Amino acid sequence: MHLVYPAVLSALLFCTGLYGVLARRNAILVLMSVELMLNAVNLNLVAFDVWLSKAARETLHSGQALTLFTITIAAAEIGIGLAIVLAVYRNRGTSDIDRLRDAAEGPDDDPDSGHDSDAAATARAAEKAEATA
Amino acid sequence: MTLAAAQHGFLSPTGVEIAFLLVGLATFGAALVTVTTRQLVHAALWLVVTLGGLAVEYLLLTAEFIAWVQVLIYVGSVVVLLLFGLMLTRAPIGRSPDADSGNRWAALAVAVASAAALVWVVVDAFRTTWIDLDGAAAGTTKVTGESLFQNWVLPFEALSVLLLAALVGAIVLSRKAKADAATAAQAREPRGEQAAEEGAR
Repeated sequence: MHLVYPAVLSALLFCTGLYGVLARRNAILVLMSVELMLNAVNLNLVAFDVWLSKAARETLHSGQALTLFTITIAAAEIGIGLAIVLAVYRNRGTSDIDRLRDAAEGPDDDPDSGHDSDAAATARAAEKAEATA
Repeated sequence: MTLAAAQHGFLSPTGVEIAFLLVGLATFGAALVTVTTRQLVHAALWLVVTLGGLAVEYLLLTAEFIAWVQVLIYVGSVVVLLLFGLMLTRAPIGRSPDADSGNRWAALAVAVASAAALVWVVVDAFRTTWIDLDGAAAGTTKVTGESLFQNWVLPFEALSVLLLAALVGAIVLSRKAKADAATAAQAREPRGEQAAEEGAR
């Protein structure tokens, strides 16, 4: 098989995931796009490992071992990520990453003063209370 | 170049190549729908198609152990976790018009530019390289297990510690919000309160 086929498919899938990460607004959809990017890398690793296991004399099957490790780390990442998203949703009532701008700096410091500013302010106060406690 | 062209013709693709191309087209289309659909649950379901297609591609590349691990972990558990996350954050069932943010066109430009650059570089670099799929399979369970437990034992064990840490971390992250629910109850919107109750159940 031509090596270009899996490599090109992997590049296209990676860029699809890149678009999803940049363009999506829901945090869980961003996590899905991150999964797409990880899978593109996995396809690349498997294809190059299959190529090198025939082309090279001595390989450690590092591509397939690393693919297994990536899958495992992706499973751990998705668990932690979803736990963080759920915690943020419980505190803020939204999983919209465009509205989670507490760490933003700049002249327009409070862009969401129009809507739910009371809830955000009280949530922030509650967080500060937690942090000091 | 001439050797590669003599051994493998561009115009006489093998059956494996044709199958790989067709499954690859389906996978890429499903990935595009995943990142563009406005129905959040449908995005998760198209992600199943994408990951399943990738499992078929692994099978076509004779990496069968990776393929079944992909089916088990990604299709079996990650997508289910994502669906649970969507439902616990009360994602709307129908079309949500604000699924894409305002910088969609900038994101599209970045993605198309990087895709063009990557595809150009990859095609230029591996134009004359061929994978030899004949002979013994490169990724049977025997081969993968031998290499994993002969050469990769230490990373394997370290990974189990990482999984344990992730497990404990996820539990701690989930429990902390529940323990603070009583103190921060007045600070929360009613929607968040209902979600916290659902999470507690």
